Amino acid sequence: MTDHFTPANLDLAHEIIDRYPVKRSAMIPLLHLAQEQDGWVTEDAMRQIAELVGVTPAEVLGTCSFYEMFKRRPVGRFLINICGTLSCQLMGAGELIHHAERKLGITSGDTTPDGLFTLAVAECQAACTEAPCLQVNYRHRYRVTPEDFDILVDELRSEADRGEGPDPGNPDAGGVPRHGVLSLSRQHIPAERAAGPSSPTSDQGPPAWMPPPDAEEQK
Amino acid sequence: MTLRGTTIPHAAGFVAGDGPRIVTAHFDDPEAHVLSRYEELGGYEGLRRALDSSPGEVHSIIREATVLGRGGAGFPAGVKWGFCPEGVWPRYLVVNGDESEPGTYKDRLLMELDPHQLIEGALIACYAVGLSQCFLYVRGEMALAQERIANALNEAYAAGYVGRNIMGTDFSVDVVLHWGAGAYVVGEETALIESLEGKRGMPRLKPPYFPAAIGLYGQPTIVNNVETLSNMPWIMNNGAEAYRAIGTESSPGTRMVAVSGHVKRPGVYEIVNGSTTFRDLIYGEDMCGGIREDRELKAFVPGGGSAPWFLPEQLDIPFEGRQASAAGSMLGSGAVIVMDETTDIPRAALSLTHFYAHESCGKCTPCREGGTWLERIMTRIVDGVGTERDLEMLLEVGRNICPGDFPHAADSSRGLEAVPFPYRMNTICFVGPSAYAPVNSALTLFPEEFEARVRRDEGVVVPSPGRESRV
Ligand SMILES: Cc1cc2nc3c(=O)[nH]c(=O)nc-3n(C[C@H](O)[C@H](O)[C@H](O)COP(=O)(O)O)c2cc1C
Ligand code: SF4
Ligand code: FES
Repeated sequence: MTDHFTPANLDLAHEIIDRYPVKRSAMIPLLHLAQEQDGWVTEDAMRQIAELVGVTPAEVLGTCSFYEMFKRRPVGRFLINICGTLSCQLMGAGELIHHAERKLGITSGDTTPDGLFTLAVAECQAACTEAPCLQVNYRHRYRVTPEDFDILVDELRSEADRGEGPDPGNPDAGGVPRHGVLSLSRQHIPAERAAGPSSPTSDQGPPAWMPPPDAEEQK
Repeated sequence: MTLRGTTIPHAAGFVAGDGPRIVTAHFDDPEAHVLSRYEELGGYEGLRRALDSSPGEVHSIIREATVLGRGGAGFPAGVKWGFCPEGVWPRYLVVNGDESEPGTYKDRLLMELDPHQLIEGALIACYAVGLSQCFLYVRGEMALAQERIANALNEAYAAGYVGRNIMGTDFSVDVVLHWGAGAYVVGEETALIESLEGKRGMPRLKPPYFPAAIGLYGQPTIVNNVETLSNMPWIMNNGAEAYRAIGTESSPGTRMVAVSGHVKRPGVYEIVNGSTTFRDLIYGEDMCGGIREDRELKAFVPGGGSAPWFLPEQLDIPFEGRQASAAGSMLGSGAVIVMDETTDIPRAALSLTHFYAHESCGKCTPCREGGTWLERIMTRIVDGVGTERDLEMLLEVGRNICPGDFPHAADSSRGLEAVPFPYRMNTICFVGPSAYAPVNSALTLFPEEFEARVRRDEGVVVPSPGRESRV
């Protein structure tokens, strides 16, 4: 089968898998990697992830479909999630959602015909004191008024027109990364500094720095 | 009235008061997330001190300090660390950074502004308990926190604070940054472990699956909240006694509390545990400064969306677990949501019920079915098409989720006495009961608002823009 991941992402996938004691634990990180590459999670990606972590494609789908962030069909370049939970609702989230739907000409859940914006009503974003709030591709905007929303949409449109916006590897470009790109930096564990994963089946006794049990008891 | 306390622009929502600051001590510094700055602020000194002592000694210090878990259950960290069965290796640490309880906003600040403090705290735990790998599970929807932690870890590895032979000792542990993908229930510790194993995030049955005994890959696993672990460096630097000198006997130290809703200055505050009251928090000039436009307080959620509500009558209860329980609620995740006199109570309750119904993992029937029923009935009532029978049905569905009397606050104006926390439950985790908690609070404390709705009194049913578009 041909690779779905690009060669660079395939290397990254192996690097991620090697950090875990059990390969399957890399499943969610790899689904994110696929979504970063393609903007959504394709069947092909799931098939290759299954192969990489040693499970069936159905198991990957099972996990993938549980989590809200994994989109199994294309979404806009900018996913705008407006928080509709209580703290935001008390501070006018309902009006903001209503306004956003009119401004973008779509109802929440839908994508604008130009493929730029997907609008969604989301749950608490851990910014409840800054209500009402929203996220564009999981980056927060606080205390958003309808006017702020219009400005935001116009900014994002012109950013897209200019073809700008950062990508992984270019974290300083400013603007909002396209949907699928979450963290602009990644953890890399240098081989010479790695302690290595702790295998659950290794049965190697206590780690080096722990005194043997009887020594501990004397304290 | 001018409010005291300083807001800090790069720490959206955080307000620095006059009180002691343990976990937020570096929040004034916009560069504290960078290793060199963190070191200048005394960073990794706590870990150094820990490594100069034996693991058992470090564990004793933390046990003695009595750090109550900040994730919701309030269990002392040092005691939990002692629950790993002897002689079973390896053991793991999973850091719970999945913050998503409605109203809760503190762990994200700690991860974004002071990631090294969290990493240092996690390492202290690993050293003390012999945990040989750490997974730092950050909520998926927190891109900035992920970035800050990734950068912090890369720096800390390069500087020899994480990984093999930490600070030249035989203490070796990898800290792996992992992030979720959007599912509230995954914050529950056993669901967190399932998720980390690459599965659907469904809670496991306790017993037998207490993580300290049977956790990640079936091995002993300590799950601790971000704020809990962020306290550890300070305690290693200042000692258990200094920690216990702040707060009260039963609740030492400080805790972060987010106050949102209808207050003059919503914000995140580090308060003294145990002694600060809800009145201090909501009306204090160095805190929220009272209700917006000096309106009347109607009700408040004292401990995150899952917690039964309090009335103005409960304002003088301090932030202390036992007193909150006796009064019919809990402190949970340190989140107060304030509702003023203009609040439409059934609609507010529906918002929370919708949340928990939507987030049910579907594993147990009372939650999966009951949550949906509650949401449907509540929607009917709010939309002005509910009936008397619907009100009874809410209680019936509630009893299927939680048999017996459900906790609620006292309302002396109506001769209503408090039913203390906790409740009994027919579900595996607290999501099911949480869907019912707001309904029960609203219905018990404000029955007239429901009755007016089912009687279709003139003017009570107000259409709300936007809500109809919710999924
Ligand atoms: C439905 C549910 C959601 C939870 N969400 C979180 C969460 O987002 N963050 C957290 O730290 N604890 C959460 N908890 C509590 C955890 O199960 C666990 O008690 C906690 O992480 C333990 O850490 P602590 O002892 O340091 O508080 C949740 C519990 C339940 C039942
Ligand atoms: S109570 Fe709800 S969320 Fe919790 S395990 Fe049962 S069905 Fe899942
Ligand atoms: S309720 Fe909107 S961010 Fe928490």
